[in-house]
Amino acid sequence: MLDGLILTVVTLLKIVVVMLPLIICVAYLTLAERKVIGRMQVRVGPNRVGWKGMGQPFADMFKLMTKEVIIPTNSSRFLFLVAPILSLAPALAAWAVIPFADGWVLADLNAGLLYVLAMTSVGVYGVIIAGWASNSKYAFLGAMRSAAQIVAYEIAMGFALIGVLMVSGSLNLGDIVRAQSGGFFSWFLIPLLPLAVVYFISGVAETNRAPFDVAEGESEIVAGFHVDYSGMAFAVFFLAEYANMIMIAALTSIMFLGGWMSPIDGVGDGIHWFLIKTAFCLFLFLWFRATFPRYRYDQIMRLGWKVFIPVTIVWIAVIGVAIYYGIGPWFQIRG
Amino acid sequence: MPEIRNYTLNFGPQHPAAHGVLRLVLEMDGEVVERADPHIGLLHRGTEKLAESKPYNQTIGYMDRLDYVSMMCNEHGYVMAIEKLLGCEVPLRAQYIRTMFDEITRILNHLMWLGAHGLDVGAMSMFLYCFREREDLMDCYEAVSGARMHATYYRPGGVARDLPDIMPQYTESRWRSKSNANKMNENRQGSMLDFLDDFTVRFPKLVDEYETLLTDNRIWKQRTVGIGVVTPERALQLGFTGPMLRGSGIEWDLRKKQPYEVYDKINFDIPVGTNGDSYDRYLVRVEEMRQSNSIIKQCSEWLRKNPGPILTEDHKISAPKRAEMKGDMEALIHHFKLFTEGFCLPVGDAYAAVEHPKGEFGCYIVSDGANKPYRLKVRAPGFPHLAALDEMARGHMLSDVVAIIGTQDIVFGEIDR
Repeated sequence: MLDGLILTVVTLLKIVVVMLPLIICVAYLTLAERKVIGRMQVRVGPNRVGWKGMGQPFADMFKLMTKEVIIPTNSSRFLFLVAPILSLAPALAAWAVIPFADGWVLADLNAGLLYVLAMTSVGVYGVIIAGWASNSKYAFLGAMRSAAQIVAYEIAMGFALIGVLMVSGSLNLGDIVRAQSGGFFSWFLIPLLPLAVVYFISGVAETNRAPFDVAEGESEIVAGFHVDYSGMAFAVFFLAEYANMIMIAALTSIMFLGGWMSPIDGVGDGIHWFLIKTAFCLFLFLWFRATFPRYRYDQIMRLGWKVFIPVTIVWIAVIGVAIYYGIGPWFQIRG
Repeated sequence: MPEIRNYTLNFGPQHPAAHGVLRLVLEMDGEVVERADPHIGLLHRGTEKLAESKPYNQTIGYMDRLDYVSMMCNEHGYVMAIEKLLGCEVPLRAQYIRTMFDEITRILNHLMWLGAHGLDVGAMSMFLYCFREREDLMDCYEAVSGARMHATYYRPGGVARDLPDIMPQYTESRWRSKSNANKMNENRQGSMLDFLDDFTVRFPKLVDEYETLLTDNRIWKQRTVGIGVVTPERALQLGFTGPMLRGSGIEWDLRKKQPYEVYDKINFDIPVGTNGDSYDRYLVRVEEMRQSNSIIKQCSEWLRKNPGPILTEDHKISAPKRAEMKGDMEALIHHFKLFTEGFCLPVGDAYAAVEHPKGEFGCYIVSDGANKPYRLKVRAPGFPHLAALDEMARGHMLSDVVAIIGTQDIVFGEIDR
C-alpha cells in the first residue's frame, strides 16, 4: 500500500520534472522562432517585453488566457472543446519514453518506438476533429488536407523507423541510442542517411510546419483547422504544435544523431548533447520556414507517395542485404 | 445514393490573400475550383465622380490613391491627359525627372508585388527583403515631394519641385544608437541623385539575391509553372496589358510603342515570356526591375549634367515663384486665379496612357471648357486582369487561386476606383 503510494508520488514528480521544462521550452521556442526568423528576415523580432524580449512568451500567454474562447453557434460544442486537448495530450504523453540521457527516462518501455509512433499519430485526430467540429468550410478543408497528408507521411515515417529498428535491433529508444555508441561515425545518420532525411522531412510535414503547412495554409485557408478557435483553445493548439516540433527534433536526435552520445567516443556523453542536437533540429525547422514557399496540397501528396515511400522501401531492402552480409561496423545483427 | 454537390467558398473580402478587399465566390469541387466569381466595389471611392467637382489640379492627389503602390505613374497618366488637351510643353528636365520617377515607381510596385506574391505562395522572407529596398525608394519619394506614398508630385507642365540636394537623415533615438544612425546615413550625405546612384549600384545584386531564393527553387517552380496559363491570343482578347501580356509572349510596351516623355532617348529592353504562366510573369517582372534600374541610372546621369527649368513658364497653368509675386501684379493675379479657380481646358476630349507597372494606365478627359472635367474615365490595368480571373483559375486548386491573384498583381484602389 505504502509502496504503491510512494511509486505514484515519485512517478508524478517525475512527470512534473519532465513536463515543466518542456512547457518552458515550448514557450521559449515560440520566442526563439520569432527571433531566428527575424534575424533571417533582417529585422529584430520581439524585444519589448522584458530583457531582449524574454518576457514575450508570458505576455502572449496572459493575452490568450484573458481572451474569450468563442464557440461558433453551429459548431459541435463538445468536440470543438475536446479537439485541442486531443491534440495536446499525445504531444505531451509521447515524452514518457524519451531518454534524455543514459537511464533518464520516465518509462523505459521495450516498445518505445511503437508507443511514439502511436502517440504522434493520435495527435492528428485533434486536427481533424477541430476542423470538423468548427463547421466552417475553411476549417473543414484544413482538416481534409491534414487527414490525407498524415496518411501519406505516417507510412514514410513508419518505414524510416523500420530501418532504425533493423539496424539497432531494438524498439527501446534507450537501446537505440546505445547502439550508436562509438563517436560520430557510429551514428545512424551515416548508414541511414536517406531514412534520416525522409524521417525529418516527414516530421516537418506531420507537425504541419512550413513548407508543409497546408492544413493551416495561412494565405489560402487562413488558419485552416483552427480558424474558429480563440483564446486558450487556440493557445492549446499552438502548444501542441510546438511540443510536437520539439518531439520530432528529439526523436531525430535520438534515432539518427546518437541521442546523448558525444560525437567523440566517450568524451562527455550526457544530456547536454541531447539538448544541443535537439536544438539544432529545431533550428532546421525554423530555417525551413523562413526559406521555402509552401507546397500545394497535391504536391505534398506526390512527394509523400511517389518519393518518400519508394526511397524508404528501397533503403530498407538495402539495409536488409547489408545486415545479412554484415557489411561495415554499422550493419551487424544485434539484440 | 447521396447527391454530390459542389460547394461555394466565400474567399474574402477579409482574407490574407485577397490583396485588399477582393471578394471571390468560389465554386469548389473538393479542392478544385470550378468557377471563380470576383466581386468588386468594396473599395469604391468615386474618384471619377469626385474629379468632376474639383479643379483639374486638385485631382492629382486622388490619382495617387488609385493604385496605391505605384503612385506617381497614376499621376503621370492624368497629368499627361491634361497636357494633351492643353497642348502645353513640358521642359526636358521635367521629362527626365518624370521618366526617372516612373521607373522608381515601377521598381516600387514590382517589389511590392514580389513580396506579396512570395507571401501568398508561402515564401515569407521575400516580403521583408523587398520592403527593405522599398524603404530606400520611399525615401526618394519623401525627399522629392515630402510624402512617402501619396506624393502629388507631377503637375500639368512639369513637376512640383526640382530634385533636392539633401536626403532626409535618420536620427538617434531610444531604439537606434548614434553609431547605428550614422551608419544608416552613410549613403544619404549627398544629394538625392547621389543616393539613387548608390541604390542603382546595390540593387542588381539584391535582385540576384531574390532570385537565388525563388527562381530555381523547386517548390516555387512547382507552384508557378503552368499555373494560370494565358495564350497570347487570349491575352489580347481579354485586354491584358503590361507584364500580364508580355508574360504571354507579346512584346507590347507603351514606352516603346508610343514613347512618351524621354523613353525614346533611353536604352532599355522589353522582357517577354514564352509560356504565359505565372512563372514567366515572375521572370518578366524581375527582369523589368533590372531594366528600370538601368533607366534610372541613365536618367540620373543626364539630370546631373543638365540643370534647367522643371515646370512650364506658362503661369496660366503653373504657379509663379513666390519672389515674383511680391513685386509683380500679374504674378499675384496668376497665383490667385490658379489657387481659386484653377485653369480651364479647351472644349474637347483627350486620352493619354502611360506604361504603368501593371499595364496600360490611361485617363480619358472630356472637357466642356470649364475648370473641371465634364467626365473623367480612368482605364485601370488591373480591371481586365481581374475579369479574367475566372478563366485563369478554372480547374486549378484553391492554393493556385491565391498564386493567380498574386501573379495578376491586383490592387483594389485602381479596380474599384
